Amino acid sequence: MSMEIRYIEEAHPETGLNNSKLGIWLFLASEVMLFGALFSSYIILRVGSADWPRGAEILSIPMATFNTFALIASSVTMVMSWASLKLNDFGKFRLYMGLTILLAFLFLVVKYFEYTAKFSHGLYPSTNTFLAIYFTITGLHGIHILAGIIVNGYLWGPGSTLWTTKPEMFTNRVEAAGLYWHFVDLVWIFLFPVLYLL
Amino acid sequence: MSAGGGLYLGLRISFQTRRWGTESMSDGHHHEELPFWRKYIFSVDHKVIGIQYAVTSLVFLFFGFCLMMLMRWQLAYPGQPIPFIGGLFSDATAPGGVMLPEYYNQLGAMHGTIMVFLGVVPLSVGGFGNYIMPLQIGAPDMAFPKLNMASYWVYLIGGTIMVLSFFIPEGGAAQSGWTSYPPLSVVAQEGQTWWLLGMLFLIFSSLLGSVNFITTIMHLRAPGMTMMRLPFFVWAQFVTSFLLLLAFPPLQAAATLQFMDRVFATSFFLPTGLVVGGAPAAISGGGNPLLWQHLFWFLAHPEVYVLILPAFGIITEIIANNTRKPLWGYKSMVYAICFLGFMSFVVWAHHMFMTGMGNFMSMFFQTTTMIISIPSVILLTALLISLWGGAIRFTVPMLFALAFLPMFGIGGLTGLPLGLASPDIHLHDTYYVIGHFHYVVAPGTLFALFAGIYYWFPKAVGRHTNVWLGRIHFYGSFVCANLVFMPMFFQGMAGTSRRLYDQTFYTHGAAVQDLTILSSFGAWGLGFFQLFFIVNFFVSMFAGKKVESDNPWDATTLEWATPTPPPHGNFLAPPKCYRGPYEYSVPGMSADFQPQGEV
Repeated sequence: MSMEIRYIEEAHPETGLNNSKLGIWLFLASEVMLFGALFSSYIILRVGSADWPRGAEILSIPMATFNTFALIASSVTMVMSWASLKLNDFGKFRLYMGLTILLAFLFLVVKYFEYTAKFSHGLYPSTNTFLAIYFTITGLHGIHILAGIIVNGYLWGPGSTLWTTKPEMFTNRVEAAGLYWHFVDLVWIFLFPVLYLL
Repeated sequence: MSAGGGLYLGLRISFQTRRWGTESMSDGHHHEELPFWRKYIFSVDHKVIGIQYAVTSLVFLFFGFCLMMLMRWQLAYPGQPIPFIGGLFSDATAPGGVMLPEYYNQLGAMHGTIMVFLGVVPLSVGGFGNYIMPLQIGAPDMAFPKLNMASYWVYLIGGTIMVLSFFIPEGGAAQSGWTSYPPLSVVAQEGQTWWLLGMLFLIFSSLLGSVNFITTIMHLRAPGMTMMRLPFFVWAQFVTSFLLLLAFPPLQAAATLQFMDRVFATSFFLPTGLVVGGAPAAISGGGNPLLWQHLFWFLAHPEVYVLILPAFGIITEIIANNTRKPLWGYKSMVYAICFLGFMSFVVWAHHMFMTGMGNFMSMFFQTTTMIISIPSVILLTALLISLWGGAIRFTVPMLFALAFLPMFGIGGLTGLPLGLASPDIHLHDTYYVIGHFHYVVAPGTLFALFAGIYYWFPKAVGRHTNVWLGRIHFYGSFVCANLVFMPMFFQGMAGTSRRLYDQTFYTHGAAVQDLTILSSFGAWGLGFFQLFFIVNFFVSMFAGKKVESDNPWDATTLEWATPTPPPHGNFLAPPKCYRGPYEYSVPGMSADFQPQGEV
């Protein structure tokens, strides 16, 4: 008999996780190291700087506050889309997943206006080290948002055909995507006070 | 070019092994025939991917070695035209065959980068890890076969970018050393941007690989294969994967910041008041060059262990198999390697004693550095004691494994003075350091990798390698490797700086020029003896003696319980594990080995 790869759907008895969930947790561990290195760089650059500007003087707190709520809301809808699948309600899944994607788009649109407002005032990454780290970290975070939109869009659209054949596996996929999405939100929860308020 | 060659060879070998693979399927159960390009090029089978990795990285290793042989000419005979092939170089690199300093710097930076990131790590983790690890734990494949394939192709893209950067008309490849220290690297020419791009791809590839490895080892072990029954090679891959997973992202961050510095004119690593070429640089300033060093070495020290741990894993398998006795201190080795992995995250600044980062920092990092030598010594000692009282078979893999022990020992012991701040200040920027880490990586890790190739070749290809060619390869390489690196300790202690284009410029450098010439001849000799390996590799692949048993070395671990070469799905029946990995010469048994998978 030929062998199959185990624990694709069911959980491993020792770890309590299936393969993709363990994989996504490991991936998130490496993401923590990535953003951890960037936050550490921020601290070292700020401590070594003679005239570090206050974020509030340059950046728009109202826009960022709005974005914070948008992302938190998207995390909630993400959970509800997964819960809808658990309750066997595919229509609700579509609705909540669609809302998650829309909120993520909203975030990027607001970010776009924030960026262009800075550029129009002649504020570029090369202007000073504060703006440099602001654009670098938020840019990298923006790429993560974009990746999340692509993954969630796939699960909302073409990927959702898996629901009819392997509903358990599809639900697991949505859960794994959700773990990633919550992480991306969490990074923003750190970014907002560090860059805008402190 | 070299990447393409590697791909082609990889295809040839996968084709060979797959063809025999289908022949060796004893019963008639039907496999869906995949088209050629899915089976050999975009394959998701861990064994095909492992071979793709191995062959590509061997080609990169040879390419990186050739760069070094060119450098050795300039060092031995500075300012003289390169013989035989000197006319092939362009005016931008070596007009009339005489190497330009800028070209020498390119060769130096790319030699380091290629050997570490495109050669040794992809061979030991991507090649051996991919091929052997799932077999040893009794798994049908990796946990995420498609990610596995993606990781190879991302690696190939990264490697191609690195090699192509040699052909940039403006300045060629990166010139700022494999460490890419700013501010020099930020103000350097375009090749550095390509280097950063290449690194981003390579880091992404290793991220995909490490997630896959850890998940596979944690979830896909055969029934009965507890963690303490894992072959030590698997343990080595497990710890290595954690290092790759957690240490590489900070370099990803650092490379992103340096990329921003170069492309978007930020000043993360550029201090206020930087003067370039006699004029103040037009930058905002406020950056910190030491920040790069911290981020870089936060990766690059664990990277040292990424280079050495899989080698230890390979050596352990071969020593246990060829001494015909159980490994001495398996558990202490497992605990040692876990502790080593953890400690490797807190020693990085011992590369930075010269930067003036302060006495307190130096004190902390030299203490942790002394502590990390303890588990390394445990590993080496356990292997050494394992030899005691064994009925040693001097097979070709065992020759390389035996040579590994003293070679790694020399590399490790010469590292002690470098781990203490005061002797390090004298030795750091000299050839002593080059000698030290090359003893660890070249006659150390590379010998282990050769040992592994000779050891697992019969399983992967179904044919034996030629013993005499293997012996010539071993003895020649052993003598030459020592000729290359031993003189470097004396050069270094005489004060010769590393990275010099022409060391005879200084009186104290000229005084040890004889040693440099000896070293260069050693390097060319080393190159010559690799030809025996290359010939052996290809001839044996097509015309070597066919293996008669699935277990030609009388080994115990599960990879030898598969058909030869292993078919898709690896095992004919789901394997079970009944005992520890090294049950050799058990008293009262008729055979001197008890396989893990047999009752």
